Amino acid sequence: MARIVVDPITRIEGHLRIEAEIKDGKIEEAYSSGTMVRLIEEILRGRDPRDAWAFVGRVCGVCTTVHSLASIRAVEDALGITVPPNAELVRNLMFCAQNIHDHVVHFYHLHALDWVDVVSALKADPKKTSEIAQSISNWPKSSPGYFSDLQKRLTKFVESGQLGIFANGYWGHPAYKLPAEINLIGVAHYLEALEWQKEIVKVHTIFGGKNPHPNFLVGGMACSISLDDSSGINAERLAYVHQLLKQAKEFVEQVYIPDLLAIAPYYLDWGAIGGGLGNYLVYGDLSTSSYSDVQNYKFPAGAILNKDLSKIHEVDLRNDSEVQEFIPHSWYEYAGGDGVGLHPWQGETKLNYTGPKPPFDHLNVEEKYSFLKTPRWKGNAMEVGPLARVLVGYASGREDFKEVVNSTLAKLNVPAAALFSTLGRTAARGLESILVAQWALEFYDQLIGNIKSGDTRMANMEKFKPETWPANAKGVGHTEAPRGALAHWIVIEDQKIKNYQLVVPSTWNASPRDQEGKSSAYEAALKDTPIADINKPVEILRTIHSFDPCLACAVHLYDEEGKHISKVQVL
Amino acid sequence: MLTETSTQRKTYFEELQDKGYSRRDFMKFCTMIAAYMGLQSSGVAQVTEALKTKPRIPVIWLHFQECTCCSESFIRSSHPIVADIILDKLSLDYTETLMAAAGHQAEEAMQKTMKDYYGEYVLCVEGSVPAGADGVYCMIGGKSSMDILHEAAAGAKAIICWGSCASNGCVQAAKPNPTKATPIHKIIKGKPIIKVPGCPPIGEVMAGVLVHILTFDTLPALDGIGRPKAFYSKRVHDSCYRRPYYDAGMFVETFDDENAKRGYCLYKVGCKGPSTYNACGIMKWNNGTSYPIQSGHGCFGCSEESFWDNGPIYERMVNAGGFGIEENADKVGMVALGVTAAGLAAHAIATNLRKHKVVDELIAEGKQSEHELKND
Repeated sequence: MARIVVDPITRIEGHLRIEAEIKDGKIEEAYSSGTMVRLIEEILRGRDPRDAWAFVGRVCGVCTTVHSLASIRAVEDALGITVPPNAELVRNLMFCAQNIHDHVVHFYHLHALDWVDVVSALKADPKKTSEIAQSISNWPKSSPGYFSDLQKRLTKFVESGQLGIFANGYWGHPAYKLPAEINLIGVAHYLEALEWQKEIVKVHTIFGGKNPHPNFLVGGMACSISLDDSSGINAERLAYVHQLLKQAKEFVEQVYIPDLLAIAPYYLDWGAIGGGLGNYLVYGDLSTSSYSDVQNYKFPAGAILNKDLSKIHEVDLRNDSEVQEFIPHSWYEYAGGDGVGLHPWQGETKLNYTGPKPPFDHLNVEEKYSFLKTPRWKGNAMEVGPLARVLVGYASGREDFKEVVNSTLAKLNVPAAALFSTLGRTAARGLESILVAQWALEFYDQLIGNIKSGDTRMANMEKFKPETWPANAKGVGHTEAPRGALAHWIVIEDQKIKNYQLVVPSTWNASPRDQEGKSSAYEAALKDTPIADINKPVEILRTIHSFDPCLACAVHLYDEEGKHISKVQVL
Repeated sequence: MLTETSTQRKTYFEELQDKGYSRRDFMKFCTMIAAYMGLQSSGVAQVTEALKTKPRIPVIWLHFQECTCCSESFIRSSHPIVADIILDKLSLDYTETLMAAAGHQAEEAMQKTMKDYYGEYVLCVEGSVPAGADGVYCMIGGKSSMDILHEAAAGAKAIICWGSCASNGCVQAAKPNPTKATPIHKIIKGKPIIKVPGCPPIGEVMAGVLVHILTFDTLPALDGIGRPKAFYSKRVHDSCYRRPYYDAGMFVETFDDENAKRGYCLYKVGCKGPSTYNACGIMKWNNGTSYPIQSGHGCFGCSEESFWDNGPIYERMVNAGGFGIEENADKVGMVALGVTAAGLAAHAIATNLRKHKVVDELIAEGKQSEHELKND
């Protein structure tokens, strides 16, 4: 048995360590550890609830937006604030822009290098590359000359000997299966996606002033609609948004999806690897009427257990026996001991690092081994993310989901069971991008329709002033982050934050084992994965990246006593 | 100060030609960068010359207690050629966000650069370092971020602190700073340190700072607390297109009111522009698309020290910290910044000199506005 460690897992947000035990060329057991903590919830205590969105937005600059969105919804829920329809639509548009941006960046810049061999692209025939590119898409940048020029650039780059971000990759590993020509297309689109990604985020800049970390507002949005002023959302700003959304749809349909479908056939074996839990959880979002109207969500809510698509279970975030967090393998301690689980409104946590003193070689996985807590839904370990959303949409019988899923399964000639895998997870991300890009244009049309009908309200400020609030209030706000189900719980007392808890997607997926020794999604998905070369475990990266890890937001806690184990004074 | 180690290495211009860029593209890039650095037209030639003749410099980019918004902002840098150069041409030898290698191969790449280019590489740091509990609150490859920082800083030519986390601790250092999040300049001494604060900094500001170093073989001129003057010498308030409304005493009273639709000043709904030094009002965000104030939300001072503890976002400064009349703004800025006495003085003098004329012209109107505010 060999014990391998991959730390840092790169091409993710945050700090993730994977330790894996390899036996007979397969992963027997895997351990996932979050190794950075900032304690943002502790910092929130005693602050103005209206400011929370800004603090929690900073838990992640990659999925920037979704935490702020969950936060303002939690505060609005606690204080009974209804948001004008235009603000709901603007929030939806910001959600869509972020979702598409995130998925494309993930596919090309964080995940592609696990499948695309940059060095092999040097051997591609530009003419053949062009033929393949033109056979899979109408995307105009596809001439032999275009690929030939790119290849020359790439050759010069490699010959310079300074490979920069491409240095020391697993290039030439036998697990890379793509023909040189498809590798060259992958590299071309890596660079094109890098150009494109800075455009779609301008939807955030227009409505929220900047990206990363656009501004939000409890009660609505701060960007007033003002058709008669250059400062407000006027015809020019709206036209700008419209153009960006159309370009995004084009990029998804003409670049991202064709590439996904061109690469997948070479890796169909990954349709049977990395499945993991088989339990999926979705809170849902993107209502066509209002956030509180769950029935009209574009992303329907629900839970699936044991891959049983015939039954969608209801999820209630207010029920204290549903979502709970456990800490038997997390560097925390509970007053009631390590065996209890706590609903976020009752969140009680205290840091207790018991791991090895750095520098160290291995974690003691029999004991506590991560700064992530372990969330469970009705006691079940759940996977969250695009695959969960696509499965719940599909199992709910929604035509739009069925269409994209069935057509993709047919194109790849694989059974529906292939969805429960590393490949399925990666494909689901693309499939939902197709849907989100379409929905964004629908929301845009709805916004225009509202303004046309004379409704220009963007914020409801009736309960913005703290003196209008009850002495005690609690709320929960949810959304679907690119990486999965996200919810924030808030307790307000005397106009201040008394307790604030986030249970985020990567906590669901990347957490350590629970009190019964059951693995969470990463660990479960890695089990039985074949590893060809333990010195170059690209297979671990493939499955872990298929979840799109985002660790900074997964690690945070509320420290009830304000104490922590500290041996060193501040410098 | 950044010496060449090998005459074999290609210059930027050569690299660009190899990549199929024309001389015209190259000149456009130089002009843009020169403009961002606030240079006169004569400076363009200097930039051009430098990029034609200087070799590439390796960069190690570390990630500690952060949210990766700085890396994200960096890749938003609006001019394609900048992305090409910075990503391909800087030789970005280590950055966990984008590098292909993982685990020990990633570690090896960093070690190789630290050894082969000792004394030559630029170290970029994104994130603060937790000093609490023997450094266990941020560990990479089984090592504490504190140890990694010391190791990487030893052979660095200069250190760039990306964003507010590395410059002043940012959100995790907000009270009560439970992990003892510490900015880089409080840990590393005896190295040139450039702070590029903001949460995040503007993408083109990040690119501009790097290019300045590469172009001029020197660090950009810094203010008293270590920020490049090119991007942090003006207050958001001084460069705000809504400033005339402030001076005229015309304010948004509550979000989405009639005054908000008219684009009046956001000071009364909490704008911290009067105490915030940043280039947002001039360069704007995401290729000049907008910036917070243009999109109707006040500035909350994300490039200032301790901005998370400088009063609630939606309370106007007069309530939050005794901020009053225009001529007092620097004092408020200083209190909020909490800088050392020496840095403070330099900061104040530089600022006062620069804005002396503007302020003289506006001060009467400003006082009138404040008078109205106080009686409000």
